[in-house]
Amino acid sequence: MDFALVVALEVLSAVAGLLLISIGLAVIFGMMRVINLAHGEFLMLGGYATITATKAGINIWLSILVVAPLVVGLIGVIIERCVVRFLYGRMVDTMLATWGLSLLLIGLVTTVFGNTTAGISSPLGSMSIGQYKLSLYTLFIVAVAATVALALYLAFKRTRFGLVARGTMQNADMAAALGVSPPRVYAVTFGIGAALAGLAGGVLAPITGVVPTIGVAYVAKAFITVIGGGASVLAGTLSASTLFGTINQLATFLTTPVIGEVALLAAAIVLVRLLPQGITHRFFRGSL
Amino acid sequence: MSTFWNRAGLAAFGLAALAAVLVLPQLVEAFTLMELTVYVVMSILALSLGFIWGFGGILCFGQAAFFGLGAYTYAVAVMNLGDSTGAVLLAVLIPAVFAAVLGYFMFWGRISDVYLGVITLTVSLILFNLVNSTAGDAYRIGSAPLGGFNGIPSIPTLNVPGQPELVLDPLQMFQLCVVTLALVYYGLRWLLASRFGRVVVAIRENERRVELLGYDARKYKLGAFVVGGAVAGLAGCLFANWGAFVSPTIFGLAQSAQIIIWVIVGGVGTLIGPIVGCFLIQWLTSSLGAFGGLNANLVLGVVLVAFVLLVPRGLVPTGRALLARRRAPTVRVDRLPETKAA
Repeated sequence: MDFALVVALEVLSAVAGLLLISIGLAVIFGMMRVINLAHGEFLMLGGYATITATKAGINIWLSILVVAPLVVGLIGVIIERCVVRFLYGRMVDTMLATWGLSLLLIGLVTTVFGNTTAGISSPLGSMSIGQYKLSLYTLFIVAVAATVALALYLAFKRTRFGLVARGTMQNADMAAALGVSPPRVYAVTFGIGAALAGLAGGVLAPITGVVPTIGVAYVAKAFITVIGGGASVLAGTLSASTLFGTINQLATFLTTPVIGEVALLAAAIVLVRLLPQGITHRFFRGSL
Repeated sequence: MSTFWNRAGLAAFGLAALAAVLVLPQLVEAFTLMELTVYVVMSILALSLGFIWGFGGILCFGQAAFFGLGAYTYAVAVMNLGDSTGAVLLAVLIPAVFAAVLGYFMFWGRISDVYLGVITLTVSLILFNLVNSTAGDAYRIGSAPLGGFNGIPSIPTLNVPGQPELVLDPLQMFQLCVVTLALVYYGLRWLLASRFGRVVVAIRENERRVELLGYDARKYKLGAFVVGGAVAGLAGCLFANWGAFVSPTIFGLAQSAQIIIWVIVGGVGTLIGPIVGCFLIQWLTSSLGAFGGLNANLVLGVVLVAFVLLVPRGLVPTGRALLARRRAPTVRVDRLPETKAA
C-alpha cells in the first residue's frame, strides 16, 4: 500500500516536472507558432538567476518564484525584440535563429560562470510514508505546476489581456484594426513563455544544480511533450505530460532512468505516427 | 545555371580533388594534413545534410545521430571482426537501416517539416543519453566495451581489404578521404540527375502536385532520407578512423548544430555550398581554439543568428546571384525550399 502511494506520488511529480519544463514552450509555440529551440537555455538561465540571487542573500523562495521568472521574462522580451520578431511566419528560420541563440547563451554563460556545476541545497526536508522517504520538495513542484496551469487558464480565459492575446493570435490584422498593437502582444506573450521557462528552471535548480549545458537535458523532453500535446496550449501539455510522465516514471521504476527516457521517446514517436497533429487534435478539441 | 557552367563546376571539383590528393601532401606538413583530413570527413557529413535538406526539403536536425551510429558501428564491428572491410560496410548499412525505420514513422505519419526537425533532434539526444550511460563492463557488444561517457579508445584503423596487418598511414588516409568525398559528391550529383533525384526535387517544390501525378511522395522522401543516413554513417566511420576514438559527444547537440551551420553558411540547395561552409566554419573554430578567449559556442551562435537574419540563402547562392547580376541585367533568384507551417 505504502509502495503504491510512493509510486503514485513519484509518477505525479514526474508529470508535474514535465508540465513545468514544457509549459513555457507550449505557450510560445501554441500562441505564436514559434518553435523556440533556446527553450532549454531559458530554463538554464532561470536556474542561474535563482542560484545567483540566493547566494547574494535573497530569500530562496523569493529567488525561485520571483527573481527567476522576472529575469528570464525580461531576457525573453529582449530576444523577441532583437531577433524573433523579424522571423514571424518563417517557422524554419525561427527554429534556426533560436538554435543560434541557444548556442550563444551557452557560450555566454560559460564565459561568465565557468563550465562548472553550481548548486544550492534543496529546501524543505523529507517526509516518510511507512518505510519510504519522500522529499517534501517533490510536493512543492507538484503544487507549483498545478498553480501555473490554473493561473494560465485564468489569465487566458478570464482577463482582458488573455482575450486580446487570443484574438491577436487568431487574426492580427483584425486585432490591429480594433486598436490593439500586435507587436506588443507578441512581445508580452513571448515574455510570458520565457518567464514560465525561467520559473521551471528556478524550481528545478535546487534538485539538479546548473551547468551551462543543462538545457540540453530538458529540451528534448519539452519538445516531444509539446508536439505530442498538439495545438491546445494547456489541454495539450497537460495530457501529453500525463501520458509521457507516467510512461517515463513507470519504465524508470521497472528498469533504469535511461530506459525510462528511451521509453518516453519511443512512446512519443509512436504517438506522432498515430496522431500526427497531437493529442488535442483528436481529443479535447477547441479547449485552451 | 547553364550546362556549360554546370560542367565547368564538375570538372573544377574533380581537379581540386586531384590536386588535393597529389600535390597538397608535398606542400604541407603532416600535422596540417591530419587537420585537413577531418575537414574533408566533415564535408562528407555536410554533404549528407545538404542533400536531404537542400534537395529533399527534409530538415533533419539530428544528422549527428547517423554520423554517430556510423562511428560506433565501425568501432564495435572492427573490434569484433578484426578486419576493417566488413566494418565499413556495416557502418554504412546500420545508419541507413536506422534512417529507414525512423523515416517510416515520420513520413508515413505525414508530420510537418518543423515537427520532423524536432523529432530527429530528440532522437539524437536520446542516443546521446543512451550511449553516455553505457559505462562499465556490463555494456559490451562482443569483444568491444561501449565505454559510456569515456568513449571507445584505440579503435583499429582502416586496413587494406583482407589484410588486417596492412594499415593505412595518415597520408593514405587523407587521400582516401578526399577520394571518398569526391565520389560522394559525384554520386549525389548523379543521383540528382536521375529520375529518382528529379522526383525528390519535385516533391520539395510541390509535394501535392507530385502526388497527384501518381508518385508516392513518402517513398521518395524515405529514399532520400536513407541515402542521407548512409552518407552520414560513412562520414562517421571515417571520423572514427581519423582519431581512432569515438565518444558520445558526436551524438550531441553541438555536433548537430554544427552540421546545420555548415549547410546554412554555405547555402541550402547546393552541394558545393555545404562543403565550402564546412571548411570555413571548421577553420574559424580551430583558429579560435588556437587563439583562446572567445567561446566557440558563442561564435557559432552568433554566426548562425547572423546568417539566418542577414544572409538566409548562404554564401554560394548569394555569390552566384551577384555574379549573375554582373553578367546579365536580370537576376535569377534560387528559391529556398519552401516549408509549410505546421
